Amino acid sequence: MSPRTFAPAPGGASLRRMVLAQSRMEARLMLRNGEQLLLAIVIPVIVLVGGVAAAGRIGIDLDGHRAVDILTPGVLALAVMSTAFTSVAISTGFERRYGVIKLLGASPLPRHGLLLGKVLALLNVVALQLVVLVVVGLLLGWEPTLDAPARTVLGVVLAVALGTAAFAALGLFVAGALRAEATLALANLVYLLLMAGGGVVLPTSTYGAASTVIQWLPSGALGEAMRTALVEAGVDGRSLLVLAAWAALGTLLTARTFRWE
Amino acid sequence: MPTASPAVEIDGLVMAYGDKVAVDGLSLEVARGSVTAVLGPNGAGKTTTLETCEGYRVPQRGTVRVLGLDPQRDRAALLPRIGVMLQAGGAWSGVRAVEMLEHMASLHALPLDTEMLVERLGLGDCGRTPYRRLSGGQKQRLGLAIALVGRPELVFVDEPTAGMDPQARRTTWELLEEIRADGVTVVLTTHHMDEAEHLADRIHIIDRGRVITSGTPAELTRGGRSATIRLVVNRPFPEGAPESLRAELGPETEVRQLDEVSMLIHGPADSTTLGRVSRWCEEHGVLPQTLNLGQRTLEDVFLELTGRELAS
Repeated sequence: MSPRTFAPAPGGASLRRMVLAQSRMEARLMLRNGEQLLLAIVIPVIVLVGGVAAAGRIGIDLDGHRAVDILTPGVLALAVMSTAFTSVAISTGFERRYGVIKLLGASPLPRHGLLLGKVLALLNVVALQLVVLVVVGLLLGWEPTLDAPARTVLGVVLAVALGTAAFAALGLFVAGALRAEATLALANLVYLLLMAGGGVVLPTSTYGAASTVIQWLPSGALGEAMRTALVEAGVDGRSLLVLAAWAALGTLLTARTFRWE
Repeated sequence: MPTASPAVEIDGLVMAYGDKVAVDGLSLEVARGSVTAVLGPNGAGKTTTLETCEGYRVPQRGTVRVLGLDPQRDRAALLPRIGVMLQAGGAWSGVRAVEMLEHMASLHALPLDTEMLVERLGLGDCGRTPYRRLSGGQKQRLGLAIALVGRPELVFVDEPTAGMDPQARRTTWELLEEIRADGVTVVLTTHHMDEAEHLADRIHIIDRGRVITSGTPAELTRGGRSATIRLVVNRPFPEGAPESLRAELGPETEVRQLDEVSMLIHGPADSTTLGRVSRWCEEHGVLPQTLNLGQRTLEDVFLELTGRELAS
């Protein structure tokens, strides 16, 4: 044993290093967690494969498009929602419960570093989900529009970024205000309700009279923005604004109510 | 070590939750390079005091300075310099023990070698075990490793050996002694008097949110009016022995039977008491094999000051 093994030499790592370490850790834990992986990958894949198979058997098409071309953008939106909202809410809720946020609160990692780490982890997981789902979609015969690739890419990037921001802000709001068990229940319930009736997977126009409400929900707006980009090569300004408004509202609510312990 | 300011300075701290006062005008100082124990029963205000030093809570009244800094205002400057061991929790349920330690190490500029810490704290066997499956003692040891990994100047350890088996406890004590020798200031809370006596340079006994006495272990246990007598006899005590002995010794005495041949007697430390114990033995046909007037313990000190027992 060398002399003075524990001699003090305190100091935090650089913010960049801390944020990267935090995001790697969170992404790893998210992908290791079976339930979260189910939400992130398995359910969207089942919805996509099942939806395309069912549509093929009944022989319906949607708005004059093939089912796979409408469902794939919707399932990509669903994947964003599942991770940004449900996974973030549940994992953050349990981080509060288990004292992880408390312990990190006494570490050199500042709170904005913790948030940045979370956002990075989230974006990494979302990127991974999108890659998997795009491959599955292509295998099912998905043909995204190639009319104006630049506008499509822009529309998708904006929709994913604003959709992630809106859902993550709302997820953090729920996690910061409720107990971990209540967060778990609510986050899953909201996910199921929005998946079924929120205009994510299916176009809002298929909901009849309810569509006027659904298009103002973050789920409907994200779904529409993805479909506009990938089906019509357009940038759906109104839906993107709706998402930005939800992101602002969620951030405000979170900032007002979040309790770190 | 040259000391610009004390490691911790608390002056007139008041903390209340609703109308329940947890800390009630508490003042204490911790010298740099020392091990200081904050000793008191559960609910005495130990954890609240520590959490105020760690920047978790805003003092409602009074001032707190840690390494000369304000834990609220100077939070960003202070946090890298201190190590914190929480009383419970602090890790993701699915994170592996060593993975957690390495993560915390990566938040520091010059962390300790995590392999060395894992070995020193006996965490090698459970290094790949998810946090939720660690035993209470393993969680405590991991918590201590996390508190130390950033090479802090000052560590706050809240009930460091709660839930540990005697061997892990001994290892932890040795480690705390070693980090003190290497120049780290240690502030620990405990409700185990033997832990405070063994480790601390200075002890603050707190009760109901106030420091009721402070001193070195020797200062606190010197003198006093009462002591613990240990009695072991050659054959089993008759039925009702503790009650009958207590009647003989008087109401200020407490008698507790440990097993069929031994008892602990807590009462006035004088020869009258010893004489009465031997007479009682003679009358009840048992022969004392050990009749030992023990040193005054912190338990005695606490009992004298508060009229209540320290240990739960």
